[in-house]
This record gives sequence, structure tokens and C-alpha cells, in this order.
Amino acid sequence: MNRFLSSRNLGGWLLVAPLVAVLAVFLVLPIVMIVIVSFWQTTEFSIVPAFDLANYEFLFGSSVTYDVFLNTFRYAAITWALTLGIGFTVSWFLAFHVRSPTTQIALALLCTVPFWTSNIIRMISWVPFLGRNGLANQGLLSMGVIEQPLEWLLFSDFSVILAFVHLNTVFMIIPILNSMMRIDRSLIEAARDAGASPFQIMTNVVIPLCKPGIMIGSIFVLTLVMGDFITVRFMSGSQSANVGRLISNDVGLLQYPSASATSVVLLLTVLLVVAMMLRLVDIRKEL
Amino acid sequence: MDRRPRSFYLLSLFFGIYVLFLYGPTITIGILSFQGPTGGLTFPMRGASMTWFSELFQQQAVGDIWGSFRRSLTLGLMVMVTTVVVSVMGGLAFRKRFAGSGLLFYLVIAALVIPSILVSLGVGLVFSQAGLRTHWAGSGFGAQLTWTLPFGLLVMFAVFNRFNPAYEEAARDQGASPWQTVWHVVIPIIAPSLLGVALFGFTLSYDEFARTLLTSGSRNTLPLEIYGMTTNSRHR
Repeated sequence: MNRFLSSRNLGGWLLVAPLVAVLAVFLVLPIVMIVIVSFWQTTEFSIVPAFDLANYEFLFGSSVTYDVFLNTFRYAAITWALTLGIGFTVSWFLAFHVRSPTTQIALALLCTVPFWTSNIIRMISWVPFLGRNGLANQGLLSMGVIEQPLEWLLFSDFSVILAFVHLNTVFMIIPILNSMMRIDRSLIEAARDAGASPFQIMTNVVIPLCKPGIMIGSIFVLTLVMGDFITVRFMSGSQSANVGRLISNDVGLLQYPSASATSVVLLLTVLLVVAMMLRLVDIRKEL
Repeated sequence: MDRRPRSFYLLSLFFGIYVLFLYGPTITIGILSFQGPTGGLTFPMRGASMTWFSELFQQQAVGDIWGSFRRSLTLGLMVMVTTVVVSVMGGLAFRKRFAGSGLLFYLVIAALVIPSILVSLGVGLVFSQAGLRTHWAGSGFGAQLTWTLPFGLLVMFAVFNRFNPAYEEAARDQGASPWQTVWHVVIPIIAPSLLGVALFGFTLSYDEFARTLLTSGSRNTLPLEIYGMTTNSRHR
């Protein structure tokens, strides 16, 4: 007991007290509340405490649920692959081809500036670009590539994925760039001297050393896409669904218990994905 | 300087296209904001004008764009100051191991990965069941902190991992108290990073949508207001 109250512990606890307070009231308590409410019942006017598995039975009994979860995974997987490819290539260019550190910082900042602006506005700004009479269609028509305006550019899976990639690639670039900048350049020299081709250098030297950055970026992108509801709603023109939209629709209809049950399943899915990825990397060591 | 390999030019092109992809749409929106009075969110432009800007400054038929702007600005500043102070305190605490620090670290990671809409829904439920009214400066403020504090703390971890403890030892040797060491030595050294944390805190809050959606009460913040405006215009 004495050791437990040692000054070292006490000092640490005092310093983290505000953090713990915020997280306890606005994270832990709300999540506990969601779990509790997921067993409640809905009447016409309100929600009533109960211990009822009906919300889960309905959730798992409906084929819509499986389709929506599958769609969520599909969006997450495609977005992950694209952001990883783009993020890795951009980081590679910045880390190994740009020679002056000033240019490096300037170009990295160029990639992060849009992150400071509103996601909603960045989504809206695709509309005049991709619409039926948008810039993309006009350009393609005038070049004679197509004869009819393309309908699938906006309010489709294409535009949803496009917006996801547009909004989230920065979360891949920064951690991967951070890992790449820490790679000792003499390792690459050594690989080259030993006769490795550029491709072998990438697969056998750079990628293994970038693994922590790739993992951190992947955690960000996967959790952001899996938990999203607004991008899918806006960019699909309410024609596609993911789990987040399922929840927000239930909330809109004041079906809180049903929304909570879906939330619990989504939360478990996300935590499972993150737990799997955290096994592969020690985040604290890598910061 | 030796010659650039061909891959350099290919990658430069790739980078250029990425930057264009990143900025292109936003620039289009900038141009379209000068749209003529009869135009909408589409090309071709029907003349150029300042109509839409002057409309911003007039009495609004629906919504309250300036009120929501003031609220978002105030909330952003509140979140910014809190994030900086709490993150620095947390960062200092995590430099030494203390009982429960591992658990708390995982809680911080959880805060970062839990979908925003869950926080929004949960905070909304807690407030309604406790009989409290949701308000942007209360429940909205707290909900946003669950997103900005982990970010700020991660930055502080990165900062303190690279911090040279020799400065503190020197201060201690000169007879500085722990408080003086932090205030006169540590804080000035990490000040540039604190600016970064402050910017992070402000913009994450100023843009936040999902976490504020169910927690801001009857008065909208700016992102909610803008979203409301776009859903209106789609039916025009």
C-alpha cells in the first residue's frame, strides 16, 4: 500500500487527473451507456430500461446487416490499399529523392495543409468536379473520349472511395514518411553495394523498416473509414450504406437501443482489427 | 551533384498529380464562390459576381451562419487551450512509469480509434438519461476533447522521446525547484511543438462534425451549419 502511494505514483496521477477525468466522463461512461442501452426496449415515445436481446436478434437476423458490414469492409479494404500505395510512393519520393531538407519540409507541409480544412467542404468540392455537367465530364466530352456524360462519377461507390482516399491519404503519408526518414542511409548503400536491385532494396530493406509507420497509418485509415457515416451518405447521394449510416439512420428515427446494438457490434469489430494490428507494432516505442 | 535517375522524374510526376488531386477540388470551390446570382454548385459559371459573399453578410432567411461561426470559434479556442494544458501535463506524467500508466495508454489509443459517431451517440445518451441538456460548450466540448487530447498526447510523447534530460539536470543542479524546471526550462524548449498541438486542437475542433452532431444541443456549430446548407441546396 505504501509503495502504491509513493510520491512517484502520486505525481503521475495528479498530472494525468484531468486527462482521466475527461476520458472517464466523455468516453468510458458513454460507451458503457451504449452497451447498457443496447439491451433496452423502444416504445412509441421513449426508450425504457430492460434486459432484452431483441435488438441483437433483429440485427443478426436481418440480411441487411450482413450486406452493410460487408460493404463497410469493402470500403475499408479498397481505401486502405489505395492510401497505402499512394502514401508509400509519395513518402518514398519525399524521403529518398528530394535532397534539400527545406524542400522536403515544404513539400510535406503541402501534403498536410488540406488536413487543416473542413472534411465537409472537401467533400462538397468534388460535386462541381464530378457531376453530370461537371469539369470531369466536360473535359472528357470535349476531348472526345466519351459521347455521353458518365453517370457513375458522382453519387456512386466510385465517388465514395475517391473521397475516402482524398480525405485520408495524409494519415498514411505522415507516419510512413516519419519511419522512412529514420532509416539509416548507409543500410541502403550497403544493400546497393551487395548488389541489390532497387526493387530488392525496397522489399528487403525499406519496407521492413517502415513497418511501424505503415501499421500506424493503416490503423488510422481503417478506423476512420470503418467508423465513417457522413462521407458515405454525402458522396453516395444516400444510395450506399455502411455501418455508420445504419447507426445514424436509427438515431434519426430515435431508435436509440437499435442504434446502440449496432454500435456495440461496430465497436467490437474495430477494436478487433486494431488489436490485431497492435500485435505487430509497439506504438509507444515508435513515436 | 550526380545525375537524377529516371525514377526521380516519374515520382515527381506522381507527386505532382497527387498534389493536384489534393488541391484541385478545393480550388474549384473557391472559383465557384464567385458564381453569378443565378448559378449554383455547377459549371459553367453564369457570370462572375460577389453575390454569394454579400449574401453572407445579410439577414439569413434560414440558419444562423454568423452565430454558428462565433460558436465554432469560441469552442475551438476552448478546446485548443484545454488540449495544450492537459497534453503537456499528460506528457510530463508519462515520462516516468506510474501504476496504471499502461492501461491509461491503451485508453488513449482507444479514444483515437473508437468511431466518432459512437462518442456522439454515447454522450448524447448519457446526457439525456441524466436529465441534462446537451450544449455545444458542455457536452460538445467534452466530446471533442476525446479526439483532440489523444492527438495532443501522441505529439507530446514524440516530443519527450527526443527531449534531452541534461537541460533539466543542469537546472536542478543550479537549485531550481521542480516547478521552476518545468516552467523556465522544459516549457520554453518544447514551445514550438506546443504551437503545433494548439493548431491541431483548434482545427480538429473547428472542423469536427460527427462528434458534435448529437452533442451540440439546439445551436449548430459551423460545420453542422454548412452541412445543413448543402442538404438544403440539393433540393433546389
